[in-house]
Amino acid sequence: MRRDLIILGGGPAGLTAGMYASRARIDTLLLEKGLSGGQINNTAMVENYPGVEPISGAELGALMEKQALNFGVNIERVHVKAVFHGSEGFEVATDSEARYYSRTLILAQGASPVKLGIPGEERLGGIGVSYCAVCDGPFFHDQDIAVVGGGDSAVEESVYLTRFAKSVHLIHRRDELRAVKELQEIAINEPRIHIHWSTVPVEVLGTTGVEGLKIRSVKDGSEDVLPVYGVFFYVGLLPNPLEGLNALVHTDDRGFIITDANMACITPGLFAAGDVRAKTLRQISTAVGDGAAAAYSAQQFLEKQCLTAVPRTATQ
Amino acid sequence: MGESEHLHVVGDGDFDEEILKSDVPALVDFWAAWCGPCRMVAPVIEELAAEYAGKIKVAKFNVEENKETPTRYGVRGIPTLMLFKNGQVVDQIVGAVPKGRIKELLDKA
Repeated sequence: MRRDLIILGGGPAGLTAGMYASRARIDTLLLEKGLSGGQINNTAMVENYPGVEPISGAELGALMEKQALNFGVNIERVHVKAVFHGSEGFEVATDSEARYYSRTLILAQGASPVKLGIPGEERLGGIGVSYCAVCDGPFFHDQDIAVVGGGDSAVEESVYLTRFAKSVHLIHRRDELRAVKELQEIAINEPRIHIHWSTVPVEVLGTTGVEGLKIRSVKDGSEDVLPVYGVFFYVGLLPNPLEGLNALVHTDDRGFIITDANMACITPGLFAAGDVRAKTLRQISTAVGDGAAAAYSAQQFLEKQCLTAVPRTATQ
Repeated sequence: MGESEHLHVVGDGDFDEEILKSDVPALVDFWAAWCGPCRMVAPVIEELAAEYAGKIKVAKFNVEENKETPTRYGVRGIPTLMLFKNGQVVDQIVGAVPKGRIKELLDKA
């Protein structure tokens, strides 16, 4: 069976696309490997989504899913591996036998936290090295910890982690934070957050778990060891990979998918939305906008295709 | 919930009895309600409990209600899936991973 539209990913972009497509009565299937909401499940508190009082990421994700389901989106829990394009449309392969077919496809598989790749980071993953403060913060009760990064996520999660940790060392390679001003002010005024300016992490130390973080000043090259029990990395995102995609899209140098203003990729009928797309601001609000636009573009594509496929008979 | 009948729930109080002294290897899923990735693997854990019934005991362990055992095993991230055999930790996975990866772990038991 060939669907009109398949959406890959059930984060804010995918769920919004699903909502708009279903309201347009497009036969839509959304494929999600885990929990709807995607990355927002790893956010303790969302405070900048318009019209919604501060809410936990998980709750907001659940609300978006419910709303999409109410409009009739079909959601299947599968792990998508690869996509192909043929004359009739798209084929989606999963890690099981299941395969899915559609006329149009929206790529909304999102992005994941970047691993910095410093020594010790991989080896001590899950035993002190973390990428999710919401998940792992409570294990660091009354401990000293470090957070690496300087953007919104790094600063926001540093503030969150002060709920548990005795102190939070924020390691940032520049001499000013990239995070939005309001967050900067909170962090700078929080006595338990110590900001290490112009400093990079060099190695995560420890045997059976994190015992320290070696840092280096980018100014004078001097090194120091912070005796921390945990290190949280918030150094950016990379798009979630998908086999077969390279043949169907243009990407920027980091692999984010390039689209036009209407979310269209270079392959006809293929669209991208949300964090997987090349853009400057990755937020829930921008993902939602992408999702709506992608669904509308898919709708227009289907309508045009329909007109071409079934030529109208001239009236006598 | 047919699958749930194979899924055990253990805590600090019965951990030694249920897991360390288990006749068969045991997989313990350390989780908490606040953790999104934990909820992502939860359905997979349920499926695996049914698939490996009789061969591997699969148990959920809530780290919010039980703090002693996670500290004893140095759990600093969840979900942690820890595989026990004859009272010893054989291997572990931290983080939400695809089902195939957990099966690889279980097949080592």
